[in-house]
Amino acid sequence: MNIIVCIKQVPGTTQVRINPETNTLIREGVEAIINPFDENAIEAALQLRDKHGGKVTVITMGPPQAANALKDAIALGVDDVILVSDRAFAGADTWATSYTLSQTIRKIGQYDLIICGKQAIDGDTAQVGPGVAEFLGLPQATFAVGIEVNDGVLKVNRLLEETNEIIELKLPAMVTVVKQINTPRMPSFKGKIKAKNAAVTQWNAKEINAEESKIGLKGSPTSVVKIFTPPPKGGGEILSGSIDEAVDSLVKKLRDRKVC
Amino acid sequence: MDYGLTEEQLMIKELARKIAIEKALPIRAELDETGEFPWTVVKACAEANLTGIGIDEKYGGIGGGTLEYCIATEEISIVCGGIALSYAATGLGTMPIILYGSEEQKKKYLPDIASGKKLAAFGLTEANAGSDAGGMQTTAKKDGDYFILNGTKQWITNGGEAETYSVIAITDKSKGARGASAFILEKGMPGFTFGKKENKMGIRASATRELVFQDCKVHKSQMLGKEGQGFIVAMKTLDRTRPGIAAQAVGIAQGALNEALKYARGREQFGQEIISFQAVQHMLSDMATQTEAARALVYAAAREIDSGSKETSKMSAMCKLFASDTAMKVTTDAVQIFGGYGYMKEYPVEKMMRDAKITQIYEGTNQIQRNVIALELIKEMAAKK
Repeated sequence: MNIIVCIKQVPGTTQVRINPETNTLIREGVEAIINPFDENAIEAALQLRDKHGGKVTVITMGPPQAANALKDAIALGVDDVILVSDRAFAGADTWATSYTLSQTIRKIGQYDLIICGKQAIDGDTAQVGPGVAEFLGLPQATFAVGIEVNDGVLKVNRLLEETNEIIELKLPAMVTVVKQINTPRMPSFKGKIKAKNAAVTQWNAKEINAEESKIGLKGSPTSVVKIFTPPPKGGGEILSGSIDEAVDSLVKKLRDRKVC
Repeated sequence: MDYGLTEEQLMIKELARKIAIEKALPIRAELDETGEFPWTVVKACAEANLTGIGIDEKYGGIGGGTLEYCIATEEISIVCGGIALSYAATGLGTMPIILYGSEEQKKKYLPDIASGKKLAAFGLTEANAGSDAGGMQTTAKKDGDYFILNGTKQWITNGGEAETYSVIAITDKSKGARGASAFILEKGMPGFTFGKKENKMGIRASATRELVFQDCKVHKSQMLGKEGQGFIVAMKTLDRTRPGIAAQAVGIAQGALNEALKYARGREQFGQEIISFQAVQHMLSDMATQTEAARALVYAAAREIDSGSKETSKMSAMCKLFASDTAMKVTTDAVQIFGGYGYMKEYPVEKMMRDAKITQIYEGTNQIQRNVIALELIKEMAAKK
């Protein structure tokens, strides 16, 4: 079973800072890591491979330094990695990113399953996985907390807000995973040595036959107008006095604000 | 400080730190309370190949020597000396097999230890044979192709959790120091059971039990080295693994220093952070200097061992002595900097102080280390004449 995992390199911090002028992330001085949900995606792929055989290929779209995220994936034990990198990809929104990744997957050709993390911790859109599936015309299941494969049929347990949904899909398919699906394994020393000596395959826009009008900023139908930190919520008010007084006071306040 | 570590050694350091922070840190306080064995951390060490340090690649390990083993132990100890011991003790139990095992024994035991499938432990200490290992009472009586073991080993780290045990027993009492032999035992052998788990002051996340032998029949092929070589096996093993204990001590000291620095910068008294007081600054400076000096000595000893030097007893004893005394002092001072908070279990430094104490005691008390060092000094003097 051949599995492709799409990953993203993200800033390794929850204290993401935004450049207010360009509305983009400030990446300088921040350690870059594999998006945590994508680590779950890699782990899910490795577990399926260990059970059913085949190989795991990890791809990412990003600047040349994103090769480091791919090397980290090698240290975890994946078989192959591909970096799609081109200046023309810069400024891509989720639509252009999904297109670019789907073109990369078309070029790889042979695959049974695509796994993505449910979303990236920097953008938080959760759109790229489903976008890739749409571009490739594949059935998809998002928020998987369990994946099983039996006789070419994929059984996915989806973690929804108040319930779980179990669905079956035909392969090839695309699945996004949540963090509860597994505990990612530790990178190994042997893996790190392998990663150190590994050459990362790199493809540009031309090599994945990407149409110029569909990639990068030009190919992005959406643009970020403004990113800002919302002002912190004000503290609540604690009403004093007896219960009756407090209730009267509360009702008055609600009426004044026309909520009742 | 730059110790000129190789790229591979830095990888080991990074892997061990990742395990310490992601796996050990979230559970250290809980395990200190419950005394539960840190299986999740040990499993992570196995996945990361750290259980294969010191074991040759042909047996599934990653090679490396004492320095690599020290680096990994130190990093985990920064977070928890108790959890780190469960990892380090398997190295101690494996060392006799690495040093004295036959090709057949190595093939049989090392791959499972390297992969982390099985843990190892070392059985030397007895109730009446602590510093005086010569007082050992566990016997291995020859019976055809077998030896029959009887006796009890005390305070064995990883006892009950490990599958593979290197055990020293008396094969011929009349021969004194040449009357002991080393054996490999496996958990589950008839006549081999475990005593209760000890309730300890510190390193509570490690398992300490008695090994009880009652007519335990061991085939002669399980003997390590030659008959009568048991004490040499034990001493050579300890010469090589003492820097591991020293590295554990350096880690504990570093962990306490890190906590003390963080606290001193956040705690305000008299309207200012307590780190601005010279009394606190000087304590921190001494703690940092002593910890760094201990680390330098440990790495120097580890490198001497890895260079193949035969004269390792003195350096090995010196680094264990100095690092463990440092750990005790630095952790005590860390508690002092925390003041009343340091005495409370909400903060990690009281645990670090409890964890540090054992490093002055086990794998030879620091008094015994001083004996070893003095003996070497006297030998050196005699050789000069």
